[in-house]
Amino acid sequence: MLTKRIVACLDVRDGVVVKGVRFKNHTVMGDIIELAQRYRDEGVDELVFYDIIASIEGRVVEKNWVKRVARVLDVPFCVAGGIRTMEDAKIILNEGADKVSINSPALERPEFITELAQVFGVQSVVVGVDSRKEDDRWVVYQYTGDETKTVKTTHDLLVWLRMVQNMGAGEVVLNCMANDGVRQGYDIEQLAAARKILNIPLIASGGAGEREHFLNVFNEAHVDGALAASVFHTGHLHIGALKNYLRDNGLHVRI
Amino acid sequence: MITIVESGGANISSILFALERIGAKAEWTADPDKIAKSARVMLPGVGAARDAMEQMRAKELDQCVKSLTCPVFGICLGVQMLFEHSEEGNADMLGIIPAKVRKFDKEEGKTIPHMGWNNVSFSDPKHPLLTGMREEEYFYFVHSYFAPVGEYTLGACTYFSNDFSAIVAQDNFMGCQFHPERSGPAGSQILENFSKL
Repeated sequence: MLTKRIVACLDVRDGVVVKGVRFKNHTVMGDIIELAQRYRDEGVDELVFYDIIASIEGRVVEKNWVKRVARVLDVPFCVAGGIRTMEDAKIILNEGADKVSINSPALERPEFITELAQVFGVQSVVVGVDSRKEDDRWVVYQYTGDETKTVKTTHDLLVWLRMVQNMGAGEVVLNCMANDGVRQGYDIEQLAAARKILNIPLIASGGAGEREHFLNVFNEAHVDGALAASVFHTGHLHIGALKNYLRDNGLHVRI
Repeated sequence: MITIVESGGANISSILFALERIGAKAEWTADPDKIAKSARVMLPGVGAARDAMEQMRAKELDQCVKSLTCPVFGICLGVQMLFEHSEEGNADMLGIIPAKVRKFDKEEGKTIPHMGWNNVSFSDPKHPLLTGMREEEYFYFVHSYFAPVGEYTLGACTYFSNDFSAIVAQDNFMGCQFHPERSGPAGSQILENFSKL
């Protein structure tokens, strides 16, 4: 049986892993390779490396560390941040990444999703989406890596997700912005709504604080994976212990 | 020495790194003469079946691989290539294993691609490719098409109502649907087992 995935996200800035609250006030959490290996040893199912300022500055993610990660890591990993061209994606995938994740560039030019899927296969194309509730609907935001440049788009979340899926995305990471970094639990309502219209894998992001939050999002929103960052970086939750807890509560996880 | 068939389009650096981690020497080439003289051959595969087979034929690698007598190991699309035919692009494959690759059935609550870690049960745990495996081992899969279970199946996996081959072996041809280079210690063990065949 396919297991539920625990995904650790490492926000990378200037070659080190950082974490802020609601996308701001970034503090240094540690070295990329060191953290990647620690999570692999704890039993993480997948890693996402997200260059948080690459998209804003209009440059591609620094790639020298992608190869270093690929060399040591024996679990899948995805690279996100400022991937705008086929060449950007090709370099990162050739360096050994399994997937690329695009967010703002997909909003700038949705056909980019299709172009990536046709050349690299849908399995390599993840679309990241940032959204929050406003006036009884969820609205997609762009350039969320930098608070001063973040803009609200005209996209309704559910319409955008349907489009992303039709354009050829192989997976969606939905980051519920209001919950991000505040550790009060995932946005079950929003994720369940997204789940209903997606038949590609859906990864929950934003809000993990306690192990119960993971259990709830798998049981109630039926997501395929749950992503978290700071609760793992700080050592508040140990991935191995978390997976034991999920297994003891009836979920199918890789131990 | 393991020779990796460079059929084009395939991202092979993660496989090269995985072989490096287990201390196996590897080289990659698209030269049929070099491949024909190899001690062990690996057939990776990322991309779509029809494109991949067209590239194999254009480089005259199809006949070369079919005539190999050394141990050959296909990964993901690489193992699907060993079969007769794939529904993906209605493509004729190498035809070494007599069965057809088809797309996962659509079912309620089933996401496609089949992406993530799934457990594999082994039909012949004593096979040298499976040395050191636990009874039910998890591996990392990413695929939308699958090869059915048959006499050639060493490890079987289930996704909703579809049972499929996760590991196959027929004479000197073998391979796995999952990505051993991304499947933790169990995946590394399979690669190491192959490197010692």
